[in-house]
Amino acid sequence: MSGNTDMKLIKNGVRLDGRKPEELREIKMELGVLKRPQGSAYVEWGKNKVIAAVYGPRELHPKFMQNPTKAVVRYTYNMAPFSVDDRKRPGPDRRSVEISKISSEALTAVVETEDYPNTVIDVFVEVLQADAGTRCAALTCASLALADAGVPMKDMVVACAAGKINDHIVLDLGKEEDNFGQADVPVAITPLSKDIVLLQMDGKLTRDEYSKALNLAVDGAMQVYEMMKKTLIGSLNRKE
Amino acid sequence: MDVTKYIVKDYITNLLKEGRRVDGRKYDEARPIEVVKGYAKEKSSGSALVKLGDTQVIAGISVGLGEPYSDRPTSGIMTTSAELRPIASPDFELGPPRENSVELARVVDRGIRESGCIDVDKLFIEENKVWTVFIDLHMMDNHGNLIDASALAAMAALLDARMPKLEDGKIISGEWDGKLPITCTPIPLTFAKIADTIIADPNMQEEYALDARLTITTTEKEVNAMQKGGEGRFTIAEAEDLIDKAFKSAKQVRKKIES
Repeated sequence: MSGNTDMKLIKNGVRLDGRKPEELREIKMELGVLKRPQGSAYVEWGKNKVIAAVYGPRELHPKFMQNPTKAVVRYTYNMAPFSVDDRKRPGPDRRSVEISKISSEALTAVVETEDYPNTVIDVFVEVLQADAGTRCAALTCASLALADAGVPMKDMVVACAAGKINDHIVLDLGKEEDNFGQADVPVAITPLSKDIVLLQMDGKLTRDEYSKALNLAVDGAMQVYEMMKKTLIGSLNRKE
Repeated sequence: MDVTKYIVKDYITNLLKEGRRVDGRKYDEARPIEVVKGYAKEKSSGSALVKLGDTQVIAGISVGLGEPYSDRPTSGIMTTSAELRPIASPDFELGPPRENSVELARVVDRGIRESGCIDVDKLFIEENKVWTVFIDLHMMDNHGNLIDASALAAMAALLDARMPKLEDGKIISGEWDGKLPITCTPIPLTFAKIADTIIADPNMQEEYALDARLTITTTEKEVNAMQKGGEGRFTIAEAEDLIDKAFKSAKQVRKKIES
């Protein structure tokens, strides 16, 4: 967030990419895109392209990391070097370590971890093309991959962000809006109970703007959830 | 796996069901804060020791010369690092930063950066030359809520910090030229959810028991950074309610840090 308000990001209720304030980017979802993992999914969210895969439950090594009461959900968020304008140095950086940590916690809230003590459920997410909102696209994709793998879950996890541009609260920030906007609030929820499992915020929001952004992000996530349901039901019909 | 943590978790959770906290505090009561600015002032630009109950964190500020980012050629830059030193807890080990210290540093960094409290436009010197502000956080004694203690120490140290003296483009060590330009005082407040109870400023035993935590950094009228952690959930109503609590509680703490 640079808070650079000189840049006109919204004009007469229309955003740079033609969207209305409360409109999501176009989203596509697909399951079972990889053969080797137990489960996988692909999500295209605007110009973001992410692919997620699940291995496990499998034995966790080293042994001291095992939990005899439940499975560990390990989440690895990785950006491909070619996913951004200036090549990203391969390997984990501080940003991806943080995103992996909070996303793993979000998924642990829904996975029936008690069913698989001493194991790890590995979720790998590769960001192949990044255009703002990758943590939300990645987490949504990971949740689909877990479902594709048949890992028992209490609920899905679905993520979406809202933010502030030129003093307007809008849904699902695009790249310029993220770079030159005033605030970003990524949220992940469990759609059945509408609980929050991931919440971050950065920028400048008043009390009321925060409330509006939080609720808008939750509404956006519920719209994404409808797409997830269609994708999951569609894949079941194909398997029969 | 550490069995003690499970026993402590049970104990803390059951205690809260009876409406009590392990150290007798009220649900929304933070531990006492003690601030010592200029704790290591002979060499560093700024420093502060903050005690949050028994938790102790030392923050040091170094101001040096650097190159600006290409997309903001006329702004100074800042970076925040956190080290969970093994001196602070038997749980901390030597080695490269792990996810907890990375998250800690990034949450502290976000509150300071997004509030704009360091006036980075005033840190421009000349083309391709700006001041760089390093915030280094040293955990000294971990009794819980390192995030708040670290962010408060960072803020106190920033308020304490002086600008190095520049002569012929070089820094004259040991001599100072005014204060680091600071515009506001962002204050973090971390809340923990244990079973269905929400408490402010969790201590270490409460951290073993927490299902989820939420850190909210605010300035006078704005929220600048938030971070949810932990494997549990918050309801939307809780996430709204805690904002009001954060704004309210931050006032007292801000006075303490600014004084």
